[in-house]
This record gives sequence, C-alpha cells and structure tokens, in this order.
Amino acid sequence: MVKSLMKENQHKNGSVNDQEIAWSVASNVLDPEIPCVTIGELGILRDLELQDGKAIVSVSPTYSGCPAVLAIELAIEAALLKAGFKTSINRVLSPPWTTDWISEDGRNKLKDYGIAPPVKASSKMALFGNVEVKCPRCSSQDTEKLSEFGSTACKAQYRCNSCYEPFDYFKCI
Amino acid sequence: MSSNLTQALLELADDNLILGHRLSEWCGHAPMLEEDLALPNMGLDLIGTARTLYSYAGTIESNNKSEDDLAFLRDEREFLNCLLVERPNVNFAHTVLKQLYFSTFMKLYWNEALNSKDEIIVGVAGKAKKEMSYHIRHSGEWVIRLGDGTTESNKKLLEAVDALHIYTNELFFDTPNNIYFIKKDILPSRKALKSKWEKEINSIFKMAFVPYPEFEGELSGGRLGLHGEELGHLLASMQSVHRAHPGAKW
Repeated sequence: MVKSLMKENQHKNGSVNDQEIAWSVASNVLDPEIPCVTIGELGILRDLELQDGKAIVSVSPTYSGCPAVLAIELAIEAALLKAGFKTSINRVLSPPWTTDWISEDGRNKLKDYGIAPPVKASSKMALFGNVEVKCPRCSSQDTEKLSEFGSTACKAQYRCNSCYEPFDYFKCI
Repeated sequence: MSSNLTQALLELADDNLILGHRLSEWCGHAPMLEEDLALPNMGLDLIGTARTLYSYAGTIESNNKSEDDLAFLRDEREFLNCLLVERPNVNFAHTVLKQLYFSTFMKLYWNEALNSKDEIIVGVAGKAKKEMSYHIRHSGEWVIRLGDGTTESNKKLLEAVDALHIYTNELFFDTPNNIYFIKKDILPSRKALKSKWEKEINSIFKMAFVPYPEFEGELSGGRLGLHGEELGHLLASMQSVHRAHPGAKW
C-alpha cells in the first residue's frame, strides 16, 4: 500500500504526502531483537525531515551499548531507499529514550509476544527493590525475578508462580 | 600545552572502556549463569558510553580520529583511565566491589553532568545515569550478600576492600584539563562528589558488615598515563585483533 501511495506522489517532491509516506516507511521498521514491535511503537524514531527529497532521520538508542542500534539504522536506510528516498541518519542522545515512550500498541504487542511490558512511570531503583511484574501469559501478579539481566540489554528474566512459565520482562528505564 | 577537551573526554572514555573490558573478561567464566549475563551486560553499557565519548573526542579540535583509532591504536602511556578500573578481576568479590565504587561515583558524576553546557555531554549523561542506577543496584546487592553471607564470603570481601579502597581517592582528582572545563560549566568537578560518594558507600558497607576503611593515602597516576603492569596485558589482549588487521571494519 505504501508503495502505491508513493507512486501517486512521486512528482510532488517534498509534499506533505511524501513526508507521511517516508515516516510510515521508517516507523514500520521492525526491531531486530524484538521483531513483534516497530521502531515507531518503541518510540525510538524521533524525527524525520525531508530536505530536497532526502530523508533526514533522527533515531535514539535504547541503551548506550545496544548492539541493535547499527542494525536498526541500516534497516531504516534500506527501507527508505526501497521506497525511493535517499537517507541520512542522526543518532540523538538527548533527551534520553525512556520505556515510557513505548506506545500503548507497542506495549500490547510485547505482551502478546510473551514479553512483559515495562512497568510505567520509571520505577524506584532502591537496593533489593522489586517491581510488580504481571505475567504476560496468565496476567498473574505472583511472579518472581530470576535474573536482573536477560537475553538482551533491555530485558530481565522472570518466572510466573501461577502458571510456572518463565518470561522476559522489558526493563524500565 | 593548552587545556583541551580531547584529553578531558579521553579520561572519561578510557575509564568506561577499560572497566567495560574487564567486565567482558567474565564472559563464560562467571560463577553462575545469571552473572555470566549480568557482568558482560554491564560491560556493554560502559563500552557503549565509551564509544560515544570517543566518537565525540575524535571529531573535535581537528583530531580526525575514529573511535577505533582511539580505543585500539593508543599505547599504555596514552591511556588516561584511573587505576581503579584497570585492576584485575581477581575474584567475584573484587569485581563487584570495584563495580560498586565506580558506578556510585559515575552516577553522581553523570547527575551533575546533566547541567553541562555541552549538548553531547548532557546526552551521554542522561543515558548513562540511568544505567549506573542498575549497576549500583546489582553490585551493591552483591556486596551486601557477600559481606552478610558466610565467613568465607565476608573474608573475601574484606580482602577486596583492603586491595581496592586505596585506589578510590584518584576518582576525585580534577586534572588541569578538567579544571578548565569545570570553570566553563562543561564538565562537573570530581572533587565535589567525594563526601556524597563516601556517604553512599558507607551506607552499603554498614549493611554488609564492612567497617569503612580509616586509612588515608592513595595510589594514583592513571590520569597522567602512569599505569600498573596489568593495563599493558589488558591492552595487548583488547587491541590485538585490530592491530593484526589494521583498518578492518565490522
């Protein structure tokens, strides 16, 4: 659908529609580590500006050392090239990305994928401080933390004490 | 030599890279699976921060250097990290104590750096401060567990305090390069963080049944490029691939 839209508008360089198309193409790029959510839903796509037909895209990393950052930037460039836009990527650090920017859709998709979405309104960081994390499968509140660090920089490992399923929790930062 | 931001940034970046590399040395060797994930995971945060700082340092003052040039093609005497971060891992107690010392310091540092007039410093600080909270929580919990654990774990922790505390004073040393940028509100003062740091470490030591070390004195020299033998070994291992394949890219 995006492609046909693009063809209709390809002569109106810099028009509102081009902007919308480019935004939609970029924001639909999937996160390579968590391919159930798009970078639009994660809130890491910060800005997209068209200048003389070139898309200037601003992206924020989730964690400083997130190895997916490069893969995401390449994927955005590839998707926009396919849609006919030359692209340059800006990495934006400030203000820092927070899990509060994940959209409601994104949170629901994480849950359906089996990853508990981050507890909202950045939790306390006290020693031994535990947050209440709901099981993404049975919604039980009776869960326990297995490991503060999980399969990727942004996740922790939990287990549900009601249905006994282990699951990933998207850490709140 | 006139004060320059490159040197000041390298001090910061080198601290993060060297400790990040030390943490990565645990990969595949940690005492349990959870720690095998946790330690390199924290290392990844530190290396990520170092990368941003190296990239920045490489572009200012017509340096024209890449982050790889700065990380992999400088020799021991050119590294400006404090001595604490290059200390060998020795055992798990040394590792988590070193991490607690460093992350408690860096959280205070990045918190102040949020007021910097330099946009990039503010950006790095905003991300890193949050990550330091995780590192403090993880290493602090372990310090308490070890101190309040068995006779053996308590003994190992006390040995680590004996070995490492003497390196902590260097954390609060404002180098001439820094003082210049502190006055310009670009970098925070390290010295000013000392009393807060001592208070936070002391509160964790109390829970861990560790008496706060009374001795005065310090071991320093890292900020001048004077390092222990161990840094040479670390660099030899960390830089070997890049030096064997100059210009190689991922």
